[in-house]
Amino acid sequence: MKSLEELLAIKQKAQAQIAARDADGKDGTRVVVGMATCGIAAGARPVLKALTEEIAKRDIKHVSVTQTGCIGMCQYEPIIEVFEPGKEKVTYVKMTAEKAVKVVTEHLVNGNPVIEYTVGAVTE
Amino acid sequence: MRELSLNILDIAQNSIAAGASLTEIVVAENTREKTLLIGIYDNGKGMTEEQVRNVQDPFFTTRTTRKVGMGIPLFKMAAEQTGGSFTITSEVGVGTRVEARFKTDSIDFTPLGDMSSTITTIVCMNEDKDFIYIRSVDDEKFEFSSAEIKAILDGVPLSEPSVMSWVEGYITEHTEQLFKN
Repeated sequence: MKSLEELLAIKQKAQAQIAARDADGKDGTRVVVGMATCGIAAGARPVLKALTEEIAKRDIKHVSVTQTGCIGMCQYEPIIEVFEPGKEKVTYVKMTAEKAVKVVTEHLVNGNPVIEYTVGAVTE
Repeated sequence: MRELSLNILDIAQNSIAAGASLTEIVVAENTREKTLLIGIYDNGKGMTEEQVRNVQDPFFTTRTTRKVGMGIPLFKMAAEQTGGSFTITSEVGVGTRVEARFKTDSIDFTPLGDMSSTITTIVCMNEDKDFIYIRSVDDEKFEFSSAEIKAILDGVPLSEPSVMSWVEGYITEHTEQLFKN
């Protein structure tokens, strides 16, 4: 069974990573998930979970995941927004856990936004 | 909502928005009486009697962008459709108490769903707030306190992906244990 001692080990590893990140001095990428009633009902929670799990699994640094309220396009939820320093915001709509994993690998790792999931492509 | 745990995730956001420094979430199952109690108690800014009436109305919201607010009405409906009950009491400056009682043998009972994921999301996405989660099945009880975890983490953010995965696993395993005893 998972114990608090195990958390202590995770903390030590994370501390080392954070120190390495700070030493780089680079601004990180922010991934924001809409988590109001509309987002949650449409499936935002598994999307958030898939994002954090994939980021943890791939040990991606410089990326943080946060939540926000209603983004204002409830019919397109779950919505995630990716803010990369110096780049324009990318808004992904109608997300699923599978699509979120692809955003991590294609966009956050390889630097290529997944155009077909963006609000521009879906609402065309 | 497909799971009650999603309603809980939604309602807890109200406590956070109300500036609560401490929110307690209780999920108590009684397998003998076939009932489930969900309580969300916060020390946020509270509401007036009129606001308490208004939040139960789907066509009311404090938001200015749009005219509907579905969170509380959906949760209330989920409880009442099982033959259970729903109460919300609040005092300005003291906090708000939301309680929903469900009859688990009703055909209209929505499954509780993934509570570990809900608690992980609430706790790890709101670093500056404290939460206590108390889960019980009959006489067996598990208590999770975000303050205790933060003390161990000593400044490492709860939103760190590796920490989030641990929190979720920890809650899941301790909840499963409740059913084994």
